[in-house]
Amino acid sequence: MRRRAGTPQRPPWAGPLGLYHPGRSWLHRTGPGPKALGLAVLGVGVLVVTGAWASVGLLATTALLATSARLPLRSTARSLGPVLVTALLVGAYQWWARGPATAVEVAADLVTLVVAATLVTATTPADRLLDAIGRAARPARHLGLRPELVALAVGLMLRTVPELVRTSTEVRDAARARGLEREPRAVLVPAAVRAVGRARATGEALAARGLAE
Amino acid sequence: MIELEGATVTAYAGAGDQVVTLLEPTTCTLTERRVAVVGANGSGKSTLARLVNGLALPSAGVVRVDGLDTAHEGAAVRRRVGFTFTDPDAQLVMPTPLEDVALSLRRLDVPAHEREHRAREVLARFGLGDRADVPVHALSGGQKQLLALAGVLATEPSVLVCDEPTTLLDLRWRRVVDELLDGLDLQLLLVTHDLDAARRADRVLVVDGGRVVADDLPDVAVDAYVALMGGTS
Repeated sequence: MRRRAGTPQRPPWAGPLGLYHPGRSWLHRTGPGPKALGLAVLGVGVLVVTGAWASVGLLATTALLATSARLPLRSTARSLGPVLVTALLVGAYQWWARGPATAVEVAADLVTLVVAATLVTATTPADRLLDAIGRAARPARHLGLRPELVALAVGLMLRTVPELVRTSTEVRDAARARGLEREPRAVLVPAAVRAVGRARATGEALAARGLAE
Repeated sequence: MIELEGATVTAYAGAGDQVVTLLEPTTCTLTERRVAVVGANGSGKSTLARLVNGLALPSAGVVRVDGLDTAHEGAAVRRRVGFTFTDPDAQLVMPTPLEDVALSLRRLDVPAHEREHRAREVLARFGLGDRADVPVHALSGGQKQLLALAGVLATEPSVLVCDEPTTLLDLRWRRVVDELLDGLDLQLLLVTHDLDAARRADRVLVVDGGRVVADDLPDVAVDAYVALMGGTS
């Protein structure tokens, strides 16, 4: 995390997904199943529908949905900030490589999907999401997979993103403190080692809580 | 009741075939409500604690909790024995405190529509009611440890094993966690470097070099540990 003198420090960016915001909007009241289905349909729609105007239309529709969810504007915008920057960079490359229409289409599609996925996780408590995923994963029993473990894996993924962000921030700070900020190995190796260590510790903690029996 | 009969833990050292003993054959029956385990870093006290929850299984000997063998009835043992780690971050697996406690409540077969309400009740009881919906990564270290304890105690265990629960905490949060642990109505096995907390226990085990070298009343055992470390009490 880059720090500027004279400004309050913010907590590290924790990714757009994974944080539930309690509320009473119609999206909060809608069950996780219909929302996940809607997200899947939108994903297919983004792939099938082509053209810059169509993509902008889908983005505008998703933005309207986001407005209706009455999510806290500041934290939601901040969580999406890096995604918007990525969309801009990807759009700029596409503009150079394939022209403005493709650039708008690709950037708008990317933002649409991330905003829509954020809407699902921000308006659905993880507990209910786990129930829904567990129900949806029931056919996996035939493959020897336990649905509740599939659901737990998704829950863990949502929690892991901010943890990885925190780990990489700490590792970069440690490298900077040793004057090694320009040495990629000083960041990548400890970050990978700590991520593996974290995964092992999490597995152990799940076993200790009796959640992986 | 926790019983160890010749419980021994061995492990491979590194990638070779060399086997090291983490815990020498240990036999004891722990019936006291508060048992503390003290010892230097790497002495084997955490290994002993992990045996009780079935996180570590004995290479030889038997470990039983309320008559249940940890090697053969691990799931049933873990339903009775809660475990907290030194670093609560490893233990908190959901994005918010509310969701993490709700995850614990799944083990009690609490119906889905009651889980959120029950989880909020649990958090309020632990003084975390106003932090229920904030991201776990935004909590302080003390709040995280309290949340880890809340998540474990929500499952109503009859035994709680705490592996150095206050080592990473400042004095204020150490007091909060100490008071919480002191007030619990269950059997507590506390691994700690905090000798004041050890002296408040009913019985203290001192572990050194993979062996229980003292097992006595708190003052006697803690004084023996201090002497072992080259200090004076």
